[in-house]
Amino acid sequence: MALIVDHNKALSTSPLKVSAPLGAALAFMGMKGCLPMFHGSQGCTAFALVMMVRHFREAIPLQTTAMNEISTILGGMDQVEEGLLNIAKRAKPEIIGLISTALTETRGEDMAGDVKVIRARNKELADIAVVDVSAPDFSGSLETGWGKAVTAIIKSLAKPSGNHAKLDRVNLLPGAHLTPGDVEALKDIIADFGLEAMVLPDLSDSLDGHVPDAYTPTTLGGTAVAQVREMGRARLTIAIGEHMRIAAKTAETITGVPSVVLDRVTGLDAVDRLMVCLSTVAGVPVPARQRRARSQLVDAMLDGHFYFGGRSIAIAAEPALLWSMGKLATDMGATVAAAVTTQPVPMLAELKAERIIVGDFEDLEDQILEAGGADLIIANSNGRQVAAHHGIPLFRAGFPVFDRLGAAHLTSAGYRGTRDLITQLGNILMERPGHAHQQSEHAHGHQSAAAG
Amino acid sequence: MLKAKIAELMHEPGCATNQAKSEGERKKGCGKSLTPGAAAGGCAFDGAKIALQPITDVVHLVHGPIACEGNSWDGRNSWSSGSDLYRKGFTTDLTNLDIIAGGEKKLYKAIKQAIARHNPPAVFVYQTCVGSLIGDDVDAVCRAATQRLGTPVIPINSPGFVGSKNLGNRLGGEALFEHVIGTVEPDDAGPCDINILGEYNVAGELDQFRPLLARLGIRLRASITGDARYREVAACHTARANMVLCSQALVTLARKMKEKWGIPYFEGSFYGISDTSDALRNIARMLVERGADPTLTDRTEALIAEEEAKAWARLEPYKARLAGRKVLLYTGGVKSWSVIQALQEVGMEVVGSSVRKATEADKSKALERLGGDEDKLADAITPRDMYAMFKDGKADMMLSGGRSQFVALKARTPWIDINQERHHGYAAYDGMVALVREIDLSINSPIWAQVRAPAPWENS
Ligand code: SF4
Repeated sequence: MALIVDHNKALSTSPLKVSAPLGAALAFMGMKGCLPMFHGSQGCTAFALVMMVRHFREAIPLQTTAMNEISTILGGMDQVEEGLLNIAKRAKPEIIGLISTALTETRGEDMAGDVKVIRARNKELADIAVVDVSAPDFSGSLETGWGKAVTAIIKSLAKPSGNHAKLDRVNLLPGAHLTPGDVEALKDIIADFGLEAMVLPDLSDSLDGHVPDAYTPTTLGGTAVAQVREMGRARLTIAIGEHMRIAAKTAETITGVPSVVLDRVTGLDAVDRLMVCLSTVAGVPVPARQRRARSQLVDAMLDGHFYFGGRSIAIAAEPALLWSMGKLATDMGATVAAAVTTQPVPMLAELKAERIIVGDFEDLEDQILEAGGADLIIANSNGRQVAAHHGIPLFRAGFPVFDRLGAAHLTSAGYRGTRDLITQLGNILMERPGHAHQQSEHAHGHQSAAAG
Repeated sequence: MLKAKIAELMHEPGCATNQAKSEGERKKGCGKSLTPGAAAGGCAFDGAKIALQPITDVVHLVHGPIACEGNSWDGRNSWSSGSDLYRKGFTTDLTNLDIIAGGEKKLYKAIKQAIARHNPPAVFVYQTCVGSLIGDDVDAVCRAATQRLGTPVIPINSPGFVGSKNLGNRLGGEALFEHVIGTVEPDDAGPCDINILGEYNVAGELDQFRPLLARLGIRLRASITGDARYREVAACHTARANMVLCSQALVTLARKMKEKWGIPYFEGSFYGISDTSDALRNIARMLVERGADPTLTDRTEALIAEEEAKAWARLEPYKARLAGRKVLLYTGGVKSWSVIQALQEVGMEVVGSSVRKATEADKSKALERLGGDEDKLADAITPRDMYAMFKDGKADMMLSGGRSQFVALKARTPWIDINQERHHGYAAYDGMVALVREIDLSINSPIWAQVRAPAPWENS
């Protein structure tokens, strides 16, 4: 199994990692009527905003407390207060996500304490939920921030069920690696079992690329504050991705609703586990539509395995996505020739790969060279330089994907999503016999198979 | 030290905006404090990086946690005709432990590793908020690294919280003046060498006017900075004239180069046909004044006549397709006025131009071209008002940067990018033709009728 290597280098070159506050902001995009605000200097906000705009090709509401030299020295409480009041007046949101940054955390601001005082003395804020999230840029990455934001939302909004009756409902806590397309697919699956899904956060409702009829300064669609308050009335909370474990536990502690953490929802056995889980909660057998989808996936695996077998794949991704993609690739018979991620998550050691490096795109390139090449790279758009440099096709996944259309709709969740992913990856591998086959006579037969 | 520098940069006597202010206002400098909860825009670090990153062969090393570089590297569309080292993102990626222990040692190590692996002519080190807050002395580390490693290591003191992107541009220029320009003596200085300041070669725009200069025998010694090499910039003090393209950003640098090396400068633009011609005229005039062959003036006029005629001929067919269409310009600085004329020449009506980041001179030029109609000069337009303008048919299309694109697109209104992420160069004669072509493609796209029509079941 894989050795996790964290060089902790002095020099990071072409980073894979994006910052935790960005991940937190992204999570708030899946809340309805929301306007998140970074407590920091304006540059951090501008970078995060631009990155989300480029990825989703949507307007992104995000604000900043605009810390300057003076407030950085004297403390930022006034900036927070002014910011909250300005947003309340101008945008009238239902919820404001207040996210700390490296700047204010290094200073040692007591943001949570400040918010309490500010709320107490400003009745304009009474009807607005203010959720504060501590997410310094210097620890963790996108997934970390996302997980922290979801946890903070649950902590401040969720309630015990009390004596309200349970509903035919599950709470779904999708990880940062799932696209709006994935979330939509999961909602459909859950609906097939006659259950309703309360999704937190729900990007499939807000950043799914629709054209609204009017302008709003906050997020459009997403999970309403009232829905989160009702979390206690669900039968089960399903979290997807290891980084959602704390959020799931928090929800369980507060609401008493039992929770499970699924490591992924891509791949035959992984989706099987999801089905068993839903079937148990709903008390119904797996519906015909899903059985049919499963059979289609099995067929796709049979057809596709020729093109994955023996091929070498390089992956650079956040831990949850690396886990999901890496498992699928090896399940299909490919080898993971190079793997880079952003954090040393212990579970990754179970991937069938020699090493997993906590590092950057330079590490990916070095590993590919060491392995004598690769047939395919799976990474975000920042992998395009390495891919171009070595003439290896790049399959774009993760965040950000800004040089392709439809990043939000790429779907790999569920039987259908897995089938579609196998199709897409398989087609790239089929088109290019690749370095592993080029020198062997096998290449010929391979090409004619592709043509047929 | 940084404080004094910022104060100085904010009181630029060569800056028209600043000169137009009253004494009291000027004292406050141009670092207006931003409103929390209602501010947007990049930080000083962002600005410094924008100004300097198009020096393509150096290592641009960002000292700070992941936010500053991880969220932004390779995000700008500045082209290179040579090295692509500038497209790699380098950062010390400060973590918790570094914050407690201090980041100077890590920075030194990072510099050393970057030099060992990439052997660049120089390393630029950008100081950001957190590095500054924990007291890392970037200047000292750079000095030590330069001495011990034998490669110039240039400190760019640009923590984001000191101010805006524009201030950052200036800090970038300042770093070049203090540490780079004049450190290399070229052996081929000539009477027709010029520098261009504030041109970042977005989408290869340099190549839309470099050939025009070449035909006149004028050499672009350095573009500060677009498609630039370190040694070119280091040797650019031997040029005979400077042209300042984005006056807000680098006019201080131009003034200081004049004071130190006697290089005269003028402010001009390569956007728009007549503005391009004026720019060429001005360059020729200055070079002749400083001893270039006087026939340059006539040759320049001949080239202008030829190129203008060609450009107008190429624009002719678009007139019928664009006449009367209403455009909203939402950009800043030079483009707020330089593009207006070109659009008017093909018969379009400019219904508004934002002058957010424009100097007083920019504003009056824009106003003049809009026929003195003050109402058409907007400062910032809120997205809500902008959306209403499209919905109410007050504007048929928008030209802006990428951020506001969705206000137009979601109102089912044509939009094209004229800022840094654009994929087409819009400079000089060829560029103006390209811009008009893009406008035509966008505004006359067959999709508009389709996407605006209601679904059939909504007709009744
Ligand atoms: S504001 Fe400071 S911390 Fe944020 S991106 Fe700019 S330099 Fe970095």
